[in-house]
Amino acid sequence: MPDLLFELFSEEIPARMQRQAAADLQRLVTGALVEAGVTYQGARAFATPRRLALHVAGLPARQPDTREERKGPRVGAPEAALAGFLKSAGLTDISEAKIESDPKKGEFYVAVIEKPGRATLDLLAEILPQVIRAFPWPKSMRWGAASAAPGSLRWVRPLRAIVATFGPETEDPEIVPFEIDGLVAGNVTYGHRFLKPEAITVRRFDDYVAKLEASKVVLDPERRKAIIKADAKNLAFAQGLEVVEDEGLLEEVAGLVEWPVVLMGSFEADFLDVPGEVIRATIRANQKCFVLRRADGSLANRFLMVSNILARDGGKTIIAGNERVIRARLSDAKFFWETDKRVWREDKEFARLEKFKNVTFHEKLGSQWDRIERIRALAKELCNVTGADPAKVDRAARLCKADLLTEVVGEFPEVQGLMGRIYAGLIGEDISVAAACEAHYRPAGPTDSVPTDPVSVTVALADKLDTLVGFWAINEKPTGSKDPYALRRAALGVIRLVVENGVRLELRPVLFRTMRAGLDSQQAGKTDPDAGRRMREDQAADLLAFFHDRLKVMLRDQGARHDLVDAVLGNGGKAKSNEVETGSREDFASGNNANDDLLLVVRRVEALGAFLDTEDGRSLLASFRRAANILRAEEKKDGEGAFEAAADPALLKEGAEQALHDALSTAGEAASVALDKQDYAAAMRAMAALRGPVDRFFEAVMVNAEDPAIRRNRLALLAALRRVTRQVADFSKVAG
Amino acid sequence: MSADSDPLSPTRSFQGLILTLQRFWASKGCVILQPYDMEVGAGTFHPATTLRALGPKRWNAAYVQPSRRPKDGRYGENPNRFQHYYQFQVILKPSPPNLQELYLESLFAIGIDPALHDLRFVEDDWESPTLGAWGLGWECWCDGMEVSQFTYFQQVAGQECAPVAGELTYGLERLAMYLQGVDNGFDLNFNGLEGAEKVTYGDVFRQAEEEYSRHNFEYADTDKLFRNFAEAEKECRALLAAGDRGEGARHLQVLPAYDQCIKASHAFNLLDARGVISVTERQSYILRVRELAKACGAAWVQTEAGGA
Repeated sequence: MPDLLFELFSEEIPARMQRQAAADLQRLVTGALVEAGVTYQGARAFATPRRLALHVAGLPARQPDTREERKGPRVGAPEAALAGFLKSAGLTDISEAKIESDPKKGEFYVAVIEKPGRATLDLLAEILPQVIRAFPWPKSMRWGAASAAPGSLRWVRPLRAIVATFGPETEDPEIVPFEIDGLVAGNVTYGHRFLKPEAITVRRFDDYVAKLEASKVVLDPERRKAIIKADAKNLAFAQGLEVVEDEGLLEEVAGLVEWPVVLMGSFEADFLDVPGEVIRATIRANQKCFVLRRADGSLANRFLMVSNILARDGGKTIIAGNERVIRARLSDAKFFWETDKRVWREDKEFARLEKFKNVTFHEKLGSQWDRIERIRALAKELCNVTGADPAKVDRAARLCKADLLTEVVGEFPEVQGLMGRIYAGLIGEDISVAAACEAHYRPAGPTDSVPTDPVSVTVALADKLDTLVGFWAINEKPTGSKDPYALRRAALGVIRLVVENGVRLELRPVLFRTMRAGLDSQQAGKTDPDAGRRMREDQAADLLAFFHDRLKVMLRDQGARHDLVDAVLGNGGKAKSNEVETGSREDFASGNNANDDLLLVVRRVEALGAFLDTEDGRSLLASFRRAANILRAEEKKDGEGAFEAAADPALLKEGAEQALHDALSTAGEAASVALDKQDYAAAMRAMAALRGPVDRFFEAVMVNAEDPAIRRNRLALLAALRRVTRQVADFSKVAG
Repeated sequence: MSADSDPLSPTRSFQGLILTLQRFWASKGCVILQPYDMEVGAGTFHPATTLRALGPKRWNAAYVQPSRRPKDGRYGENPNRFQHYYQFQVILKPSPPNLQELYLESLFAIGIDPALHDLRFVEDDWESPTLGAWGLGWECWCDGMEVSQFTYFQQVAGQECAPVAGELTYGLERLAMYLQGVDNGFDLNFNGLEGAEKVTYGDVFRQAEEEYSRHNFEYADTDKLFRNFAEAEKECRALLAAGDRGEGARHLQVLPAYDQCIKASHAFNLLDARGVISVTERQSYILRVRELAKACGAAWVQTEAGGA
């Protein structure tokens, strides 16, 4: 079966866009083929700095024929209806339609529209230019004389040549006939820009890859990465060193070369006074080179560069050039480092933090100074729940952003935090305070470690909560894929800090109070204090719901059952679940809702999960559902809440009824006591005790008795079961 | 005389590098202009680029432009950073299909052999917020060092480029340091001679770097600069209004108005170096200069050279 070879040869494509572009090319071309009814056996796309290539294997030579029957009006229908039908079906005379009949409609016309499939080659000649024109580059441009006219072709960089061949292995393939802005598709591409720039005539994918390779182009980015990785490792090994792995850099570097050649250079050992992370950041950001470490883990004064050519002198000139640039860069870095150290040693009282008054954090959220003051206030308050030393916390909160004023961080933003820790350590700040300067940014993601030092935990919580409350207050919430302020990450950070450190933090009152602190000086609430307050309450509730949402995502990512979160949240702990809507303002602000405390939510989820894994749990869940179904059906007749009154003991006829009644009151009380002590396992055990009585009740008792009073009483028992279980979880939210 | 001993070889003297680039681009059909006679932050500010990039007419030019970035002053103590430096600027409109090849040929002409050096086009999208201009292109690397900027202008002075011009900017000091193999810019051989006759870049510019650093950071009269900015802004607008003959008629006062835009921009750069502009104000000053540049761009396309 025929194959397609498609190559778009251009000026250098940004490394960061190549992978996505290859995937887009494959998706768009194969998608359009499938849309046209053409299937294929396999497809793969590749990218180098100068080309995107796609191979689609096993295509049919023709699109399949299609046959469509279209029903028309009945025989004898008015002229206008017939004319419309002829037009829509593409017929010239009604005699071309056949007549069918069915018992209901009688006789009616049917047009048979047969479309012979087109040659795949022709189809491709239509699809490929469309794909080029509509290609989803993150940024595209116009160029050359053609750009004088509006609507000229856009591409990521000037597009220079197109290869598009189609045909089976056994024959010379045909060129897909199309032209786009003066570029004619053909079978000619070009080799490596410097090593072998000559034109290459290609037939199909197989010889294309081989000829490129002979022209010093490795088409497959994964192979380029593998070559770089292996060569880097070997060069390092020969010196008794190890490459500091850097997947992001490897991906980028592989996108900058068509023929990777790894070379090793060195720099003066004196530069190793500068912290290793700064050296690495310098060499990585500016030079896109890898650094190396010695067996003891310390940084070596060597680096690895990936060049794009096999130089005539074996790379000597290239190494010397790179070394010179790296020396200059490290001189700068060293200068920054020395300057910073001097500033930190001379200004130990941090008078320079005043500069933050002129640094905008966000135009609606004040200066960096304002933000630090907010973090300090919040951190102080949080000491009550984290148990951290308030004096150290305040010092850490005050200093935690100080490194943003340093030269090193100004030059390399990615070492923020780290430099704060190093400089603070250097001037003899308390070790917890110094650690917090770095650790308060953590965790930076789902896999990043969570700080455990109470000072770090406190400042990290304050930092993240301030961010969340602030952006919530100005209504800059994440939407869809857009989360420019990384608020999801901040919320996840709060959750992990609290859960992994066992911090008992009632979120709602904290959110409400800080929301107020954030807004009182702002726009809302100035003219109408009540409206301002309601707004803050709504925002705090909304933010709390966001936390719950992130908690669900986190548990799901960990493979836990996130439906249990809904079940647990649905009961709202011991308090009423609808506190937000109906609770008094005071309740709202002071917080009395177990859903506020994310640690408790997680513990309840764990206990519920463990319970539902037992025989008792599964059985009780089944009984609960049975009871809930019966109640739902009967409430339709008698009305919502018709059975919520307590059961009348005098009406309990059967032994099983009596037993369930007793069991419910025992279990309800036991669960309540357990929940007060936050002993969720005990609460679940109390529920487990219900299993036997409930099962026997359903075996022995007919709920819908003839006597209306007895029926109502039995339904009241089931409603009591629903209420008692809801103390620990809303079982109706449990999935499966 | 062999290339190695010729004082005007691009690898031996700073002026030799400039002369070689000028000859090269002249041979490719560029008009070789002289520097614009005003303080500018980069070669792009020269009207031969900013204004000539607009409109449909062919335009191929190359020139050296002394550029001033007051904030980059280091009192002559930093070997790589000067508040005054030279750019070699090439502008080709429309961008020719072989622009990359021409550029590489120019590197070969100044002594960079692609069989020995690792030459790379690394993504770098260029944007000038003050000029209301942007384009896509690369920084061009030679053995890990950025030696040029390569940009396909998409928009300049707020106007869409039609056709697109290609712009090449060579950082001359850095390039010369590489070619001459020196680590300190002040050690560059300026005239290619040796012994007593040798003149270095430091001989020519070190004192200027020291004095201007003091000026830019300490002595520049900020009150006067604020006034200069406001006056230049006002005059730019006044000239544009005076030269505007209405719809369909040619504009009569674009180049003088654009000079005022350049003046405002330099006053801003000095104020910025003096540290008297806060972060929030900074944005608004940049915006004000951009508005002037855009107004000049809109007027330019109503002139003869702008294609009207």
